[in-house]
Amino acid sequence: MLEINSLSVTYGKPDPSRGLALEQVSLSVQPGEILVVIGPNGAGKSTLIRAVSGALPVLSGSISVNGMDLSHLSSNQRARRLAVVPQARNMPAAFTVFQSVLMGRTPYLGWLGQAGSQDQRVALRSLEQTLTLELAERRVGELSGGEQQRVLLARALAQDTPVLLLDEPTTHLDLQHQSSLLNLVRKLANEKKLAVLMVLHDLNLASLYADRVALLVAGRIRASGTPQEVLTEQDLSSVYNVPVHVVPHPDYGSPLILPDGRFGAGL
Amino acid sequence: MVHNFRPYLVNLFCLAFALILSVAAGPVLIPPGTLLRILAHGLPGVALQPDWPENFATIIQQVRLPHTVLILLTGAALGGSGATYQGVFRNPLADPYLIGVASGAGLGAVFAMAVHWPNSMLGLYTIPIAAFVGATLTIILVYSLARVGSSLPTTTLILAGVAVSAFASSLTSFLMLRSNQELRRAIGWLMGGSILSGWEPVFAVLPFVLLGLILLLSSGHALNVLQFGEEQAVQLGLPAERVKAFLLVAASLTTAAAVAFSGVIGFIGLIVPHLVRLLWGHDYRRLVPLSILGGGTALLLADLLARTVLAPQVIPVGIVTALAGAPFFLWVLRRAKNQAYW
Repeated sequence: MLEINSLSVTYGKPDPSRGLALEQVSLSVQPGEILVVIGPNGAGKSTLIRAVSGALPVLSGSISVNGMDLSHLSSNQRARRLAVVPQARNMPAAFTVFQSVLMGRTPYLGWLGQAGSQDQRVALRSLEQTLTLELAERRVGELSGGEQQRVLLARALAQDTPVLLLDEPTTHLDLQHQSSLLNLVRKLANEKKLAVLMVLHDLNLASLYADRVALLVAGRIRASGTPQEVLTEQDLSSVYNVPVHVVPHPDYGSPLILPDGRFGAGL
Repeated sequence: MVHNFRPYLVNLFCLAFALILSVAAGPVLIPPGTLLRILAHGLPGVALQPDWPENFATIIQQVRLPHTVLILLTGAALGGSGATYQGVFRNPLADPYLIGVASGAGLGAVFAMAVHWPNSMLGLYTIPIAAFVGATLTIILVYSLARVGSSLPTTTLILAGVAVSAFASSLTSFLMLRSNQELRRAIGWLMGGSILSGWEPVFAVLPFVLLGLILLLSSGHALNVLQFGEEQAVQLGLPAERVKAFLLVAASLTTAAAVAFSGVIGFIGLIVPHLVRLLWGHDYRRLVPLSILGGGTALLLADLLARTVLAPQVIPVGIVTALAGAPFFLWVLRRAKNQAYW
């Protein structure tokens, strides 16, 4: 289980006039649960992922996994508890898929990076789970965006962590790849009892796949709860500064968000 | 993939070939067959009937072998550190010469000579040590100048390297002018021509080259992980800042050892890792060792050309590598611009 307690993060150097990138953010994610963070551009969604993963320094607050405070752990120890699926940009093109996924074992390897048979097995299993086994010997640069994103998911699974963080994993994917990736995440969360914290841009995908949603605005949590509780016409209209309609999904009853910004209504 | 030995065999074969040519060629040509017999004769437990001129053995032991070993160490060091700089900076044009480290090391070495440190207790070791200090200061300076946010664009890296390199070279020239030693020899050294002969310089750089190369050889996995970028490296459990600093110091140590007695030699660290990458892929666990072997081979061949083309005149080997390397650099620059394979 992932617990984030009163987390505050500054932009680069502390600057009182700019405020904080994240201010007093508290969230928790249970095993098997998917928490989706939504919010407008610049709200601090990616900053949240980066700060929780240890890539950004934290001003105050604490992050813990299964009761273990991460702030005193080495990056090695941290990477055994928490894995990140970054956006599929700037992947080194020349490595093979298998090599890339095997690098997910880094927190368990020594300086020389000698992967044992156990590491190979875990990497292969991760490929299998993400349906990328047949790509194993291909070079990453030859893959489509959707395939690269699944390879990054496989690499994160190879880290064998109880917590998984995903930073807008569907951004460059088409409709089919969006839903197949998120179905995969849902399945993994259920089967492996992963606590999943995921940033999504698309409110409808958030509504469909989240157990709980947190709405992040200007570095603060504006609302959190089930999709029905958070995805309301009133909140979304004011936060995104555009009128929206929220209607129930014909099959699941979950909220569907329809923007109504035509004819300059939102200006 | 990593357990494929063929690339190593190919490289070792080329290296053996270059070694034999390097020792055999010179003002007195020693036929390779005779050379091998003389070398075998020197081994314990082997006694051949000496049918070669007596001075051959002396030439080999006192002149050719130490020169060849020094060139081999220099080339290996340049190849290994070039591959490492490229990996740390994730930049295909990082080369000890182009990013100014070699010039910084040269400045350190010339400074040590100008103030007569070699006469101190540490003797010849002072030269590689001073070169190491110069190289490390240079890499810190170039890195902080070239950095834009968290990335290191090719253009700023090369510009910072050129500027710092020009500055260091000017200081070096100034020191040389001020010193009373023979200027031509000093300039020859600067362009990559060994000024000392015999085994002394070999023994003086050997510990530095060996230590540097062992550190680089052990770092293949870390370099691989760094290719995902600093942020992902941290998320994969690698303390990226510390690892990068460690790798830069190790590569600078290796470069400094190369420069200390062989002078500033460009482009070996650029050409060799590139060819290795084209032929055998990007896995740094293989790229680093193959670049070390290939660097040794390439510099031995360049040195062979330098010694034989205008014989009896010896061209500084740095001129040969630059003549071959500069066009190669431009070619890589074009490819890098098109992001062809990096």
